[in-house]
Amino acid sequence: MMNKNTLLALGVVSAISFGASFPAFAADDAHSTPQPPRLSWTFAGPFGHFDKAQIQRGFKVYREVCQSCHSMKLVAFRTLGQSGALGFSEGQVRAIAAEYQINDGPNDRGEMFQRPGRPSDYFPLIYPNEQAARATHNGALPVDFSVIAKARTYEVGFPGFLIDIVRQYQENGVDYIHALLTGYAKAPEGFEISQTQFYNKYFPGHRIAMRPPLEDNRVEYTDGTPQTVDQYARDVSAFLMWAAEPHLEARKRIGFQVMIFLIVFAGLAYFTKKKVWADAH
Amino acid sequence: MSGPSNFKPKSAILQWTERRLPILGLMHSSFVAYPTPRNLNYWWTFGGILSFCLGVQIITGIVLAMHYTPTVAGAFESVEHIMRDVNYGWLIRYVHANGASMFFIAVYIHIFRGLYYGSYKEPREILWILGVIIFLLMMATAFMGYVLPWGQMSFWGATVITNLFSALPGVGPKIVELLWGGYSVDQPTLQRFFSLHYLLPFMIAGVVVLHIWALHEVGQNNPAGIDVKSDKDTVPFTPYATAKDNFAMICFMIFFAWFVFYIPNYLGHADNYIPANPLQTPTHIVPEWYFLPFYAILRAIPSKLGGVMAMFGSIALLAFLPWLDRAKTRSARYRPLFKQFFWVFVIVCIGLGWLGSKPAEGAYVIASRILTAYYFIHFLVILPLLSYYEKPAPVPASIADSVLGNQPLAPARVKGSR
Repeated sequence: MMNKNTLLALGVVSAISFGASFPAFAADDAHSTPQPPRLSWTFAGPFGHFDKAQIQRGFKVYREVCQSCHSMKLVAFRTLGQSGALGFSEGQVRAIAAEYQINDGPNDRGEMFQRPGRPSDYFPLIYPNEQAARATHNGALPVDFSVIAKARTYEVGFPGFLIDIVRQYQENGVDYIHALLTGYAKAPEGFEISQTQFYNKYFPGHRIAMRPPLEDNRVEYTDGTPQTVDQYARDVSAFLMWAAEPHLEARKRIGFQVMIFLIVFAGLAYFTKKKVWADAH
Repeated sequence: MSGPSNFKPKSAILQWTERRLPILGLMHSSFVAYPTPRNLNYWWTFGGILSFCLGVQIITGIVLAMHYTPTVAGAFESVEHIMRDVNYGWLIRYVHANGASMFFIAVYIHIFRGLYYGSYKEPREILWILGVIIFLLMMATAFMGYVLPWGQMSFWGATVITNLFSALPGVGPKIVELLWGGYSVDQPTLQRFFSLHYLLPFMIAGVVVLHIWALHEVGQNNPAGIDVKSDKDTVPFTPYATAKDNFAMICFMIFFAWFVFYIPNYLGHADNYIPANPLQTPTHIVPEWYFLPFYAILRAIPSKLGGVMAMFGSIALLAFLPWLDRAKTRSARYRPLFKQFFWVFVIVCIGLGWLGSKPAEGAYVIASRILTAYYFIHFLVILPLLSYYEKPAPVPASIADSVLGNQPLAPARVKGSR
């Protein structure tokens, strides 16, 4: 009896403590960034796959725009041609690799030298070291792009984060990259920003050192796809997802096979269990 | 492990071996003839699931160690090498990374099952304490494992957690130096964490053997929380428990596979795909989800030493549980008040987990303090008081009664039990 009351009191106490934390939560939101819009990606969901044309376009955007500052040092040229990738032939991969100059050596005379890339090489560094990169960019460091699509995300509150498990939603990184690339705007009145920085709606703190990299018609698409900032952002994000997760297609395909196997197996195991226990209950 | 086995192999060779090393008899008495209460529900299948988790972690871990480089310069890239170039490396790594979370999901269910049905009570105190030791070893192993990819969260998580020991008076700074192998988290830290991360799972396996040994000595608890009184109360482990464990384990694998194949990075932090940078602190340093309730307790206490004591105390307290809850009735099924407090406690733990993921500011801190206080009050005040004041409901006369109601047991229906 006293315990019924205790329970009630406890319930009230915990309700208050939870309730009390909501204003704080709201306050937290106010000075943080808006949630990037969720887009529909071809590689989302259980049967997700890369749209080869899209990631080829994204690769073009990377090469013609991003690559002037951002390296991709963990990605090897050969992977461009592997299955579940951009769909390039061996010859195409060879040609792409040869367009890059790779630091090699030392040779017989003990000297380092430059040679054209081979499929087994990795995308070369843009700057010899971090200091050199920062020196060229007013102290800011253009990050490496190899796993960037998995290294960025945004917070999804309750209950959304639970729903994402069921929906298999894991495209937060690419949502963010797309939002960032399209999120440049004029700084609001009274927002202080230095001359070397730009205002971006989605960048934490809103001050980003990267100037808006894309503009309409900057990269030429030969397949009739609209040459807009939004489209470029989508394509390059999809390409970066591939770069970060080159075995995504195999993962989802094998996952489906595993699921079918396990579900059938679970069914058989269930009926076995039922049969075994039939005489015990 | 449960009395001498009367197992006799059919083949002459095996009989010869058995007379000299009765290992088949041991296996037979432990995993075939071993009597299990007939009323065990599916919450009891998590012991088997946990052995499966340990096996998966050890096997995938051994393969990963073949390709991983424990150096500050090479760790991050070697993990990416596994993800990109090692045959099915992405699968092995994702199974290992998600396997840690699955291990903790299973162990938390296993622990809360023990709390609900009073599995820690006489005569299972040592069995329970061995379980607490396994839990501690698991936490140490998981923490060190998370450091190995040498991402931002690895580095800063390691910095924050190892720094906790500096709060200990006197020996604190020395312990921290020993953990680091120097004066900051660096190469020696990574390398010794790798070594220990490889060692601890085998220590876990050793304690698991003791845990199962103790279990087979005292017998399993059961949902009714009453002792086995006759053969009618039990069924042999094989085929009954094996068939049930098998089904439950496959269902668990489906859940596991969902994460591995479809949302493999959901339970991790995006920040850990950024290589470790000692010069740049991430905005929020958050431990893996399974440490969040303890992290909330740590941050709830304003003093550093106090926080560390509270955090370790919250786990150490579990070991004393058999003497804090003195109620004779084991199962919450027949303890109406305890049952309610149990569910409040579950909600408090989930609440602490949520608060652990939030920044330590404003109302979050107040809420953490209230829930931390409740966590300790549950063990130190509520449970001891309940032992005296609660009037338990009558328990069934036997396990067979609890399963079959009061109907007389028809002989044909107990064919399964020996």
